[in-house]
Amino acid sequence: MLDFSILTNNMDSYIEGFKITIYASLIALLCSFLLGTLIAVMRIAPFKPLNWLGTAYVEFIRNIPVLVIVFFTYLAGNFGGMTAGTIGLTVYTAAFIAEAIRAGIMSVPKGQMEAARSSGLSYGQAMRLIILPQAIKIVIPPLGNQFINLVKNSSLLAVVAGGDLMYQGDLINAKTFSPFDTYIIVGLFYLILTIPLSFGVGFLEKRLARSN
Amino acid sequence: MDFLAPFIEVYTLDHFKFLLEGFWVTLKVAAISIVLSFIIGGIVGTLRYAKIPVVSHILAIIVETIRNLPLLLIIFFTYFALPEIGIEMEITTAAIAALTVFESAMLSEIIRSGLNSIEKGQIEAGRSSGLNYIQTLRYIVMPQALRRMVPPIVSQFISLLKDTSLAVVIALPDLLHNGQIIYAQKGSYVIPVFVLVAFMYFIVNYALSLVARRLELRQS
Repeated sequence: MLDFSILTNNMDSYIEGFKITIYASLIALLCSFLLGTLIAVMRIAPFKPLNWLGTAYVEFIRNIPVLVIVFFTYLAGNFGGMTAGTIGLTVYTAAFIAEAIRAGIMSVPKGQMEAARSSGLSYGQAMRLIILPQAIKIVIPPLGNQFINLVKNSSLLAVVAGGDLMYQGDLINAKTFSPFDTYIIVGLFYLILTIPLSFGVGFLEKRLARSN
Repeated sequence: MDFLAPFIEVYTLDHFKFLLEGFWVTLKVAAISIVLSFIIGGIVGTLRYAKIPVVSHILAIIVETIRNLPLLLIIFFTYFALPEIGIEMEITTAAIAALTVFESAMLSEIIRSGLNSIEKGQIEAGRSSGLNYIQTLRYIVMPQALRRMVPPIVSQFISLLKDTSLAVVIALPDLLHNGQIIYAQKGSYVIPVFVLVAFMYFIVNYALSLVARRLELRQS
């Protein structure tokens, strides 16, 4: 059976890692939401070079491993592990969020933009006040999924000494020499975060499917 | 031109060959894992689709647990923790095992939703023309569902190719690992190596994503 003395003896480290995992995931979610929105708007803006730039970003980033990005920000930039990891996660996740937001914007009927423009709003105003608020409903479930991925991917902070849950697990393992129990407890901590999120996203998806 | 010097130093035929060797390992591990995951995920997905009491529930719990854990943790666990209970594997086997466990859970969901997307009327029609349940699944539902599953499976293979890079933590000699060996020689090699490594991943994954997109378009 699981040896819970590993948990009780190392509670502080686990909690410390758990906090950093949540913290890094939340910051990366917020930043990649902002960056992703910007890129999504670039991809549909009525100006070709911006479209190309947005598309290039999404296609390039989506097709390379997140670990390559995390290592790169860590080694090429002058950051600590946690900052580098969070930047890397942001850069990666923004590409996926941009796609989700673009799909949301495209789902708003074209007439909405035309109506907004002909009532005197500028393109930016129409986007911000008319299109984005309607798109957000469709975007929320995929955003939730990206957040779950972020929590899981934040474990990559461990390879750049980011101090997260996975990293603490490695340290505890190095101390206790019982990897089996140590990593199972690490897994349980991740599940505390991801299982409720998964249920929440599933619930939102069902509700959205019904309202359509 | 100082900026270009490390690029010229790094981009030699030997380094390129070394990276290709790593990429070959990446492709091999990913290919073996996707085949195994397709078999296991296929069985799990079908059993869950068939709603066999108890079995479906237990599988649901296992699949949800695996899908909600970080792959890095599963890799660590396979290589470092399993030996504690007597299961020892060498690096490549451990990498394939960990990736297969994770991707099987992912693929079982793709396969289950593919099966679910086939109208119930198809099963009723199959059953009323005298086929039993298994035959109906095998000859009526599966062939139609498989065609719909191809694009998401190709996308999952792209994820797998990217995820294989995580096995560098157990020193699988894949593309990223060989890249690390090259840039470990000199600090200024980091950027040129990462540009090349990222580009190599990009070419293959982008080509695959174009294939997935074309397949999707053809179906709709």
